[in-house]
Amino acid sequence: MSTDSLSSIILTLVTFAPLAGGLLLMLLPRRDRDIRIFALVISLLTFVLSLHLPVYFHRAQAGFQYEIDKPWVSTPNIHYHMAVDGISLWLVVLTTFLTPLCVLISWKSIHERVKEFFILLLILETALIGVFTSLDLFLFYFFWEATLIPMALLIGIFGHERKVYAAVKFFMYTMIGSVFMLAAILWLYAHTGSFDFVVIREQIAGGAVPGFSAAAQWLFLGFFLAFAVKVPLFPFHTWLPDAHVEAPTAGSVLLAGVLLKMGTYGLLRFNLGLFPEQSRHNAWWVMTLALIGIIYGALVAMVQPNMKKLIAYSSVSHLGFVVLGIFSFTQAGLNGAMFVMLAHGISTGGLFMLAGILHERRHTYEISEFGGLANPMPIYAASYLVIVLASVGLPLLNGFIGEFLVLSGAFQDKAIYGILGATGIIWSAVYLLWMYQRVFYGTITHPVNNTLGDLSGFEKMAVWPCAAAALVMGVAPILWLGAIDPAVHAALTPFVQVVGRVVGP
Amino acid sequence: MNSSLNLWVIPILPLAGAAINGFLGKRSSRQAVSTIALFFSGAVFAMALWVAMRFWFSSLTLPYHEYLAHWIRSGSFSADFAFYLDQLSLVMLLVVTGVGFLIHIYSVGYMWEDPSYYRFFSYLNLFMFFMLTLVLANNYLVMFIGWEGVGLASYLLIGFWFTKDSAASAGKKAFIVNRIGDFGFLIALFLLIKHFGSLNFDQVFQSIAPLAPETAGTGLLTAIGILLMVGACGKSAQIPLYIWLPDAMEGPTPVSALIHAATMVTAGVYMVSRSHVIFERAPTALTVVAIIGTLTAFFAATIGIAQTDIKKVLAYSTVSQLGYMFMACGAGAFSAGIFHLMTHAFFKGLLFLGAGSVIHAVGGEQDMRKMGGLKSFIPWTFLTMGIATLAIAGIPPLAGFWSKDEILWRAYQVSWVYWLIGLITAFITSFYMFRLLYMTFFGDYRGAQADAHGSHGHDAHGHGEPHESPMVMLVPLMILAVLSLLGGLVGIGNRFEHFLAPVFGSVEVVEGASHGTEMLLMGVSVAVALLGWWLAYLLYYSRPELPQRIADALGGFYQTVVHKYYVDEIYAALFVKPLIDGSTRILWQDVDRKIIDTAVNDAGDGARRVSDEARHMQSGNIRSYAAWIAAGSAVVIAFMVWMGSR
Repeated sequence: MSTDSLSSIILTLVTFAPLAGGLLLMLLPRRDRDIRIFALVISLLTFVLSLHLPVYFHRAQAGFQYEIDKPWVSTPNIHYHMAVDGISLWLVVLTTFLTPLCVLISWKSIHERVKEFFILLLILETALIGVFTSLDLFLFYFFWEATLIPMALLIGIFGHERKVYAAVKFFMYTMIGSVFMLAAILWLYAHTGSFDFVVIREQIAGGAVPGFSAAAQWLFLGFFLAFAVKVPLFPFHTWLPDAHVEAPTAGSVLLAGVLLKMGTYGLLRFNLGLFPEQSRHNAWWVMTLALIGIIYGALVAMVQPNMKKLIAYSSVSHLGFVVLGIFSFTQAGLNGAMFVMLAHGISTGGLFMLAGILHERRHTYEISEFGGLANPMPIYAASYLVIVLASVGLPLLNGFIGEFLVLSGAFQDKAIYGILGATGIIWSAVYLLWMYQRVFYGTITHPVNNTLGDLSGFEKMAVWPCAAAALVMGVAPILWLGAIDPAVHAALTPFVQVVGRVVGP
Repeated sequence: MNSSLNLWVIPILPLAGAAINGFLGKRSSRQAVSTIALFFSGAVFAMALWVAMRFWFSSLTLPYHEYLAHWIRSGSFSADFAFYLDQLSLVMLLVVTGVGFLIHIYSVGYMWEDPSYYRFFSYLNLFMFFMLTLVLANNYLVMFIGWEGVGLASYLLIGFWFTKDSAASAGKKAFIVNRIGDFGFLIALFLLIKHFGSLNFDQVFQSIAPLAPETAGTGLLTAIGILLMVGACGKSAQIPLYIWLPDAMEGPTPVSALIHAATMVTAGVYMVSRSHVIFERAPTALTVVAIIGTLTAFFAATIGIAQTDIKKVLAYSTVSQLGYMFMACGAGAFSAGIFHLMTHAFFKGLLFLGAGSVIHAVGGEQDMRKMGGLKSFIPWTFLTMGIATLAIAGIPPLAGFWSKDEILWRAYQVSWVYWLIGLITAFITSFYMFRLLYMTFFGDYRGAQADAHGSHGHDAHGHGEPHESPMVMLVPLMILAVLSLLGGLVGIGNRFEHFLAPVFGSVEVVEGASHGTEMLLMGVSVAVALLGWWLAYLLYYSRPELPQRIADALGGFYQTVVHKYYVDEIYAALFVKPLIDGSTRILWQDVDRKIIDTAVNDAGDGARRVSDEARHMQSGNIRSYAAWIAAGSAVVIAFMVWMGSR
């Protein structure tokens, strides 16, 4: 098959390959080992397929690529419209990169209902990819809600003690947020006759939507609320620590690594894309919430006695950076926001895997249960340190690039945004290094910790790709930014036109 | 025309050493590990010498630029992996690689019995990689790679003996306090990007050069300068961020010599000097630099008087000497600051290595009250440390005399206040250094003879009678001693300043300051150095009962000095405790749990029936879920059909 013809169906393949694998898995007999291997093969295959996207991507070109647009339902007017640009491209690859690692990290830790687990995982992957590839709002909303079910089930069935509470809270909270988005989408459909993002965007920009100016603020808020809950932006974040603490490791990895990015991606694509004026208008309080999230999330993370809660709150802080960058409306800010999304996916995904590895050995996430682990588990400790440093934002690892660009962009917008945000680099060092010290340094306080085994082969295969990716992204961010930069530039064009804002360096 | 120097090889060499030892060292013999470490640190020194030779024989014109690869591109902003070599970075390059190589050699002996031998050398090489990146960067962002990276190496090496809580805490403290400084550094970079669109040294300084000095006292360059100085305060341990450096003495002693005396802590001085174009146009920022430097020099020296841990004395001395360097920068005498940076690397590196040799000799003891009389046991260590003490005290013609005197003279031309405080500091310096010398090497040995393994655990080596260190440790001491003796001579007749003139501009002749005044001030500073020596001789050699009586007489004040003015305790009470308590009680328990989460759950209770239904859904039954989805989708589609048919 030539690359051209593959390019026209590649998004469909990448999106639905995991689902197809999941369906096939249903037919397989319940032999756990076969099921695991099958899931791994499917997820690796999807990853390899998805590499077609960046490899053949025309980097200098800002618009959507690999586009497929076919009428699906005539009434209502729903299209099967999929495409990626430099923004969604990497989120797809992030998803396909993390999923095989999730399979590996669950290899030994999931031993009951193995089949259901991997079916759910693969269904979840399709839903996540679909969110990033859909350009039809109906399709988008379908995938958006479709992520909820497998994730809620992963938490509710395979989670820890309070799993049902956490699953229900997660499900209801994000579901209720989404209802407002649904209302906004339906309003747009009623007034434009289309669910197509590109069509609606053009109609809005051309002033061709009746009643838009009166409704715009409500539409902005409708989308915003759904996304803000998902990000989660302060003060909509309290579902996150509960969900994480109860979720199985793979669930946490995909939840933090990808699911949260649905929110920030949505803000970038839909709030900025469809409502540039309202975005600008509301930016001050959105950025204020983001800044509160950065500092508040970090300070609350600092005092968590539970490792997983600590990482969860650190996500609130990191995702605050993303929102800060997006609403700075600067080239650096948006580039940085995109990069933080990817970097956070890798490093926090890695942190959750590492936390899970410890939980498997000790069945607890309490930091005070550990201490002195660097001696019995040196490889684990070294791997953990690399991921921690990536998360702390050490230059030459991936966290730094994004945070630096975000803060630089926020600073160009208003100095105070950059200054307050930059305190985040102090806080992240405080909460992560303090936690690291309490877990790995000092002497062993619980004798059982002396006997803990170092990383197994499967665990290395799951964790080391994250560490390697953190390093490559930190040394050669140009590989990613090359595609992100033009797309971000295009995303900012309406702001130059509408608000007359100069896109700074 | 320059042929390519391949400068990028310089940082890469030690990185290769770090990687090889890091990944393979655990399974390798000590011999193999030290061969790797010495080969790469030696090769990088050889390469630095080769570069210097090429410049010396005029086959290389400076400044020299080298582009390696893209790093960050965002819109019109870019920061690339690119290197820059001028006379300033050449001096730093030679100091870092030269002293670095010597300390690598020394460490082979010093760390020989440590079970994590390979880890030590891997970290030490990693440090060299980051330090050389810092020195050779051609833009602020690559410099920042090195800047944060040496912080990482410092964190790892301070906490090298991580099973000790105090070591682990000290490493963390160093990293976090440095991060506070980096916060200021970053904001300075954002200002540079915002106003000049670049972080390249060339571009930034070319944009700034035509600007008029901000004589009004405030302005963009002033802000940038002060923020850069915040960064420098963190890295170079100046007030108010100096508190991490004394704790950093938890690290193995070669680390204290290399990172926390000779090289890394001088990065702030280097960065400020590198940014001299900015500072020269921001008089207020220069004044801030001068005041911080002067105060730190004095303040840290006073703490040094009362310390009894041999490494702590040297640590506070380092803080104080770094203060001198900033005093020089603040006086606009950047080359004098760099001159002192170089001589300080020699004599302070030597002092720390000597202290290591002492600690090695007495089985891990660091308390000087349990030393004494060591000069007959470890004569080479005594001789070399004696030279270093003379050098730091400012006794001519040793290295420290020339550079310190240059600083005092240039400070005097700006304000006699700086000079006077600097002079008093010189007196105190001489006093506490000779105090160290007398307490350690003179009188009778006060240590336990046997049973000398002990509280300091890992630094412990031998037992029994104090013994001299092996040659592998003594040779670096001797080389550094020669440098401490003669290293200052390059400054005679302002030759060092002329060498750096292409970077900092030509030597200004200040009117009204005659040669006679200079000679007079020189005489005064030699006199106070001798006075300090005499006082130390009196108190710690001829009348050793006196110090206790003086301490008793001073009472509370003396205790305050012994406890380092309680600065750590004040910071803990002012910042650390409120932050942790506030975050725990107010932010987490009150705001997060009681207010926000209760609100969320209450809202949920309002829709209890809905959530009850949802709970039924949690049967784990996929089919019932599918039914839910189908039902939901049906409602949505029905709604749409209705809309579409309107």
